[in-house]
Formats: sequence, structure tokens, C-alpha cells
Amino acid sequence: MTNPLTAPRGAPIIAVSNLVKQFGRFAALRGVTAEFDSGKFHLILGDNGAGKTTLLRALAGLTAPTRGEISILGKNPHEASQEIGYMAHPSLLYDEMSGMENLRYFARLYDIAGYSRCEQVIRAVGLDPELSRPVGKYSQGMRQRMSLARAILHDPRILLLDEPFSNVDVHSAREMVGLLKGMCDAGKTIFVVTHQAALLEGVADEFVWMQAGQIVDRTNGLARGPLPSGDVRAVEP
Amino acid sequence: MKRAFPILAVLTALFLVYAFYQALWVAPTDALQGDVYRIIYYHVPSAWTAFLMFFINFIASVEYLANSKASTARAAKWIVIALGIIGAIAPFIPQVRQQLPAGMYPSSVATTALIIAALYFMIGKYFVGQDLDVLAVTTAEVGVVFCSIVLVTGPIWARPVWGIWWAPGDIRLTSTLVLWLIYVSYLVLRRFSDSAQTQKLAAVLAVFGALDVPLVYFSIWFFRTQHPQPVIGGGGSMDPRMLHVLLLSWMAFLCFAFLVCWSRYRLEKLRREVEEAEALESLLEPTELPSIKVPSSRGAK
Amino acid sequence: MKSFWSITLATLAKDIRLEWRSKDALNAMLFFSLLVVVIFVFSFDPLAEESRHIVGGLVWVAFLFAAVVALNQTWARELRNQVLDAYRVSPAPANALFLAKALGNFILVSLLEALMAPLFVIFYNLRVLGPAWQLIPVALLGTWALVVNGTFFAAMSLRTRSRELMLPLLLFPVSIPAVLGMVAGTTNILTGENPAHFYIVLLLTYDVVFTTACLALFETVLQAE
Repeated sequence: MTNPLTAPRGAPIIAVSNLVKQFGRFAALRGVTAEFDSGKFHLILGDNGAGKTTLLRALAGLTAPTRGEISILGKNPHEASQEIGYMAHPSLLYDEMSGMENLRYFARLYDIAGYSRCEQVIRAVGLDPELSRPVGKYSQGMRQRMSLARAILHDPRILLLDEPFSNVDVHSAREMVGLLKGMCDAGKTIFVVTHQAALLEGVADEFVWMQAGQIVDRTNGLARGPLPSGDVRAVEP
Repeated sequence: MKRAFPILAVLTALFLVYAFYQALWVAPTDALQGDVYRIIYYHVPSAWTAFLMFFINFIASVEYLANSKASTARAAKWIVIALGIIGAIAPFIPQVRQQLPAGMYPSSVATTALIIAALYFMIGKYFVGQDLDVLAVTTAEVGVVFCSIVLVTGPIWARPVWGIWWAPGDIRLTSTLVLWLIYVSYLVLRRFSDSAQTQKLAAVLAVFGALDVPLVYFSIWFFRTQHPQPVIGGGGSMDPRMLHVLLLSWMAFLCFAFLVCWSRYRLEKLRREVEEAEALESLLEPTELPSIKVPSSRGAK
Repeated sequence: MKSFWSITLATLAKDIRLEWRSKDALNAMLFFSLLVVVIFVFSFDPLAEESRHIVGGLVWVAFLFAAVVALNQTWARELRNQVLDAYRVSPAPANALFLAKALGNFILVSLLEALMAPLFVIFYNLRVLGPAWQLIPVALLGTWALVVNGTFFAAMSLRTRSRELMLPLLLFPVSIPAVLGMVAGTTNILTGENPAHFYIVLLLTYDVVFTTACLALFETVLQAE
């Protein structure tokens, strides 16, 4: 597995060209072309139906584009799956197993030997590896944290997180943000879709604005100032 | 093309009438069965037409699946060529010749193999990409209709002649029933599937069905050797005049099937064109960008 | 290669563990199997002279009903919380998941058969007149035939409306030769009137052909949205 620390930071590692995704008559993505740099924290914003979830799912390889190309580390999403960590609003965990049992199973899918990594990751998200309570009985905050643990289990270079803080208590959310910031500083490339942009104030390197299936603006976030609001000019797709 | 259709339709109608006349008046009466046997001129051509339709569906489905990737498309072509060559040569090898069922000539097996390979390449040449799927749907629907005719005329024929509606061991009728079931389930899948990949799933099912049919045939064939059953439709050779009318009937049915397929094919292509146009429209909708304010933590999506 | 089998076994172990933990579904299925046998006993007179000739068919139809109930819940746990997405996003091969599910269903359905078969023997006073040992390959191959296609079509049905109806609708037509083989083979062994060899070969051929087809095409089905 490549060491994220040795990858040149700032070089583009994800390239999307003319990405179109249509569900019957509804066009979720209408020609998205963009490059995303390594080691940056991208916050994807926009109204409901803007295409944020579809974009993330396309990057993860869960939805096949109707047209267009996706290149992740020079490969298509399926080939790059070892380097991608995905998290969505559903927990992607088995309700009937404990957190540790879930991670032990997923570790096998990623060909990770031993269970020390699972323990390490569970502790990193602020949960107890010994907890035998099934995930179905977790609070939402705990569940999202465990889901994040599953996403980072195989130490992927790229994280795609769709609404990771949804219904999560403030304390858990802040801890998750702290963890993500640490991971980004260590060289990971992170994409977060969320309506709660305020949580990532001062953390996100870039804001990617989406509207009606296209990226309409990309603004710098590193100014660490308040998040911009107001009119946004259209950008050629 | 559009002008040809009404002309061909009229010609086909005339042909069908001619075949009808031949079947009911000109063809000689059967020595054993009397005039009841004349249903054969509907039953057998329907069966052959249905099998042809399903066979084309199978080829179209395989090509649809194979052609999605360049590597599999090439592999499939080589496999077809290999099977064609083997099928053309093998029946003449003495050991294989012995295994052939009675009445099957090596030359007919060889010709069939070559025709199958030729059909594969012809279909691949004239139908590309989505057209293969449209062809698959068309032939499946038309095939089911003709297959239904076979399953209805079979018992109607059997009852007065042999006294039974159905013989479970009748290999041809039962294989036809299974084929009908498979393709009805194929059409149901197409109707009920919500997936964006419905076409691929349906093609997969068609492949499964095609793999199943020889197994059905052999399973019933062996069942019959242990439990002899009446054979609906009779075996043995046929009076050449009857054979002549039978082939004539089949030609008329084929023309009719061709017209129906053509019509259905055009209809489906038009429907898809409309869908694509609507989809393209939604893609090119002019964007009006309202001012985007970053929403505060609103919580749940 | 090694990781393929390790993933298959890990998935199978996980499924067995989960099934064992909430025995509700399992118990319900066992009870359902019992009910099916009882219904058959009431519908087809066990004392009739010809009962030995039809029991082969009754047994396998009963197994088929039980199998459909088991197959319909194959992917139930993966659908909750969209766990299937987690599998699709990982580099794990789709076939490893398929084999694990098929093997799990095989074990489950065999368990149901192991319950139902003795009941049939008891209610119908069955004595096996032919070579009894041949019932084992017939049962194993026949069960695998139902389960391998059933698991595959269960995955296909995931993206359809009326999911529980689609599974038997797709499965039954394709399974007909296998059912014929199972029933005729079992009947031959019970009555001892004819040899069952051909049916065993038929079932073996069926299993080989369709296992190959399922393994070749499962990835396509799994990645369908």
C-alpha cells in the first residue's frame, strides 16, 4: 500500500471528465469536469438534488456513469478500491454484530492480517473495541463513528464521506472532524458532503459548490475565515 | 423502408391465405388421423418459428453481454468460430457419427453449426450496441406468442387423436412448455426490474434459459425411455405432398413473424429515441443559479 | 487465490454466526417445513398403494417450498444499512460473496431437508427398495442445483419490484430439468424399479453448467444498481 506521506501533495490524483449520470429522465450529473488534488480536504456543498451524493458514489464505483470518465490514481474506481474509503448515511454495518466483529469481517475483505488494526481504528474514532453491544443498538453518533472506522480501516488514500455528521451529537461530530483533520494533515485526500458546513470551518481546504448536477464554483477555504455566502457565478462545466 | 411495409404486409397476407387454402383443401387427408391432422400446419410452423425467435434472442443476448467489453467480444468471436469449425467437421468423424441419433445426417449437423456461426456474425454486424437489446426484446415477445400457439394447438390436436390432452413424457411439447415458461419469466423480469441494468440482467437470464433447454430435452428423453409415453405429433416420415404444404406454411409464418418483428422493432427503437431525447433535454436544461447561501447546521437531510 | 477462499469462508462463518444468534428466522423456517410435510400428508393419502411412487415427487416439492423461503432471505441482512455497498466498494471479488451465500443456503436448506425427510419416512412408512446410498448424491446434487441458481436469482431480484415473487418466478422454469432429475431419481431409488444413474449424471451436469454460469455472471448482477 502506498504511503500517503510520500505522494506529492497537491498533485491531482482524481480526474473527472464530462461525467454524466442519468436515472431515466432525471439527470443527476450533467457534465462534471474537474481535477482534485492530493492531500486536500474538499467540502462539497449544494442544495438537495445538486448531485453531490451521485458524484461521491460515482467516485466510489457504486454507480456507473452514463457517460464520461473517472480516473482515480490513474485507474478506474473498481481498480482503485483498495485506496478508497466510503461512508454514507446508512451505516454499511451489520446491526447484529458488535463493532469489533464488523471490523474484523471487513478487514478480511481488504486482506488485512491480524486484528490489531481494527482495535487501533476503533480507538481512533473514540470508541471502545471491547464493547460487545451490537451496532444496531448504538446511538447515531456511535454508529457514524463506527462507520467511519470501517471506512478508514484499510488506510485508504482517499476518503469519500457522504453526510458523516447527519443526526450526530455535537461532541461526536467535533471528534470526527478532529480525526479527519489529522488524517488530512497526514496526507490523505478527503471529500465530505454535508449540510453542516459550519462544522468544517477552518478545516476544509476547498469548497466545491454544486448546483443542478454541475460544479458551479470552487473556492479556497484555507483563509480560515467565515464561510462565504451570496451570489455565485456559473463556471463552464 | 416505410413504403415497403404495407406492400409486404399485403403480400404476406396473401401468402398466408394461400397456405391456409393449401393446408385445408389441397393437402391429402391423413390415412390414420383423418382431417384432424391438418392442425399440424399451424402447430409445427409455429414451433419452428418460435424456436428461431428464441434462438435469435439467445444470440443477441450473448452478443449484448459479450460486446460490452472489447476483450470479451473478441473472445466470444473466437469461441463461435471454433464451435463452427468443430460442428462442421466432427459429425463426419466415425466415432462421433455413431453417437448421432437415428435420422440425423452428419451433413445436416455440419450445416446447422455453420449456419449458427454465420448467424452470430451477421447479427453482430447489423445490430450494434443497444440494437442488440431491442432485437432481444422483440424476438422474445414474438417468440412467446408463437410458442403459446404451439402449446394451445398441441393439446387441441392430441385430444381427438390420442384421447389425452397432455402427455408429460412428450419430449417436444414439454420442452416447448419449459421454453415458454423461461421466456415468460424473461418478459416479467424486464417488466418488473427497476435497475438501470435491466437489459444486462435480462440477457443473463436468456443465457441461463439457453443453457437449460438441452438439459430439459435430455432429462425428458431419458425419462421417456424408462416410462414409455405416447408421442404427440407422431414420428416417422411424411408424405412428400404433406411436407410440401408444411414447408409452405412455415414460409408464410416466417414472413408474418418477420413483419411483426420489424414492426415491434421499429416501435421499440422509436420509444427509446423518445426516452433519449427526453433525457438529453433534462441534461441540457438551462441552469438558473439562485444565490447560494450556505445553510447552517440543519441536521438531518 | 488464498484471499478468495479466506473471504468466502469468513463470509460464510459470519452468516452462520449471525443466523445462530437470532434463531428466530431459523426456527420459523423449521416450523414451516414441518407444516408443509403435514399438509402433504393430509393431501396425499399415505396408505395408498401407489404412495411409494409419488413420494419422490412430494418430498422434493416440499423441499422446493422450504428452499424458496430460505432463499428469499439470502440477502436480507445485506440490504439493511446498505451493507452490500460496503462489499461492492471493497476489492473483494464478487464470486467470493456468491459462493459464501450459496454454501450458506446449501447448509440451511440441507438442515431443513434433514428435518423433513425423516417425517416423510415416518408418515409414509417408506422403505427403500433400491440402493439407498444413492439417495445421498441425489440429495446433495439436487439441493446444490436449487441453491446455486436460487442464490443467483435472489441477487437478480434485489433490483426488482415484488422481490419475493420474482425469485420463484425466475427459479422454477430454469430448475425444471433438475427437479425432474431429483424426483425421478428418488422415485427410482425408492421403488427399485429402474436405475437412477442417469439422473445422478444429469444432476451433476446441471450443477456443473449452472455453477459455472453463476460464477461467470454474478459480478454483472452484483454491480447492477
